[in-house]
Amino acid sequence: MTRAAPAPALQPRLRDPAWSGRVFWFCAALALLWPALVATEFRPWTLWHADNLKPTRDFLASFLPPAVGAEFLAMVARETWRTVAIATAGITLALVIAVPATLLSTRVLSVSALSGRMARLPFALRQALRWTLIVLRSVPELVWALVFVRVVGLGPTAGVLAIALTYGGMLGKVYGEILESGDDHPCTTLLRHGGGRLQAFFYALLPTHATELTSYTIYRWECAIRSSVVLGFVGAGGLGQQLDNSMKMFAGGEVATMLLVFVVLVALADAASAMLRRLLG
Amino acid sequence: MSAVDARPDRATPRPPAAANPPYRLPPRLFDARCKACWMAAGFIALVVASFWSLDLRWRDFLSAEALSAMGRFFGEFFPPDTSPDFLRKVAIGSAETLAMSALGTLLAAACGLALALPASREHAGAGRVPRASARLLLNALRSIPELVWAALLLISAGLGPFAGTLALAFHTTGVLGRLFADALENAPPGPAAALRVQGVPAGRVLLHATLPQVLPQLLSYTLYRWENNIRAAAVLGVVGAGGLGQLLSFHMGLFQMGKTCTILGAMLLLVALVDALSYASRRLMTR
Repeated sequence: MTRAAPAPALQPRLRDPAWSGRVFWFCAALALLWPALVATEFRPWTLWHADNLKPTRDFLASFLPPAVGAEFLAMVARETWRTVAIATAGITLALVIAVPATLLSTRVLSVSALSGRMARLPFALRQALRWTLIVLRSVPELVWALVFVRVVGLGPTAGVLAIALTYGGMLGKVYGEILESGDDHPCTTLLRHGGGRLQAFFYALLPTHATELTSYTIYRWECAIRSSVVLGFVGAGGLGQQLDNSMKMFAGGEVATMLLVFVVLVALADAASAMLRRLLG
Repeated sequence: MSAVDARPDRATPRPPAAANPPYRLPPRLFDARCKACWMAAGFIALVVASFWSLDLRWRDFLSAEALSAMGRFFGEFFPPDTSPDFLRKVAIGSAETLAMSALGTLLAAACGLALALPASREHAGAGRVPRASARLLLNALRSIPELVWAALLLISAGLGPFAGTLALAFHTTGVLGRLFADALENAPPGPAAALRVQGVPAGRVLLHATLPQVLPQLLSYTLYRWENNIRAAAVLGVVGAGGLGQLLSFHMGLFQMGKTCTILGAMLLLVALVDALSYASRRLMTR
């Protein structure tokens, strides 16, 4: 196929050997995807209908110039700080959930497991805690926020609680996995020689895993900043709530400014977390 | 932690080795030269400032009245609504969520690959400007979360799963495009160079040398994102973009807690199913 023109175009021996297979898989994928296309009402041409195109164009045109009034910028700065504060407070409360749960559910710290199998009651307790953490983790934080907005009303309390519960589950589960990975020899030695569980934790487990634990916590803090913006959309305060308000009023300039601030905030959190984790080594 | 190692030990010159090392005082708790101390102090300051500046209404939240209201609220969740009609509606919502995530991920993989080509420098002679601009675009797409994209796209795509699909596709394009570009850049350059010196055009070089090498990696990235997107698609509907989330916000808005409970159960089931499947497939692949 790559030869110059004079030879007839598709001689059998010069055909691309992979071609028929690629065409087949493409058609097969299309056939498999057909139900999905129907279910999602995938009709891209509707985007170009006149009655869809006009509001889009108007909205996009109103992005320029971005809103830069002093009062508005002060509000954006305040809400940005609130977004960061919600994430930080949420992560702190998540630690309050995760640390005791990890201490109680780590298998390495079991005294009865030193001599063969773990006793029945501690095993049941550890397993129950683990499942609780998994359930906390697998409800999306947005759903927690929706529930808490109904209970405590609009405002940052709902956001902080939502982040605390979801991230508490995540941190607890992963802390447990981190502590159980690697060498458990120092820890079992301490326990065998009569050290308490807390002593074994502080003098054997924590020193070996501290870097990894801190690094994961910082990474999750970064994720929490990202999700606290989103939580604002259901009324949990911060930048997201203002973004939602401006969008509902079709105030394109304000939306543009806040999107820019948001992109910068995420980039900064990303950079800060990468730098801190590199410092930890 | 590195708190102890990072501290320079500026004690007097080391005494001759004794049979038993002499006891030394532990280092001071805060040392201006220790980076970890400053880091910890900064974090504590951030946490205190956060709690101080947010108007958290713990008193309202933890009062006996509020607690009993919350108990009543959660009590209303039971029994969940399991009438066949409603279950069918939830099943349709779940299927919609799955379809949204699959289609969104597929679109994103295609667009991501298209953007990854200019964003990756295939060989030393390639230009810099397209790479930088494509990377900027990918970063912008990536740093706006799906939910914000969905809220923006509602204006042009209208309420419904189409907006959600597009929102997933936009965000995931940014994520996958960057991963794809890195994978393409890190592919072994040998086969591509061999074809290029023979005068094979760039498109064929990509199709027959670079792409086959990185295809398994691209596929596994895409599957991983699909897993994430199923979770994201479940809640995307909260702003009106279809799927289970839309049902959830609708019934929760009407305070039909039994139905809400069923939908939450369906969401948990979906997430658990995806987790189990991905865990099993990873076990299968690494074995």
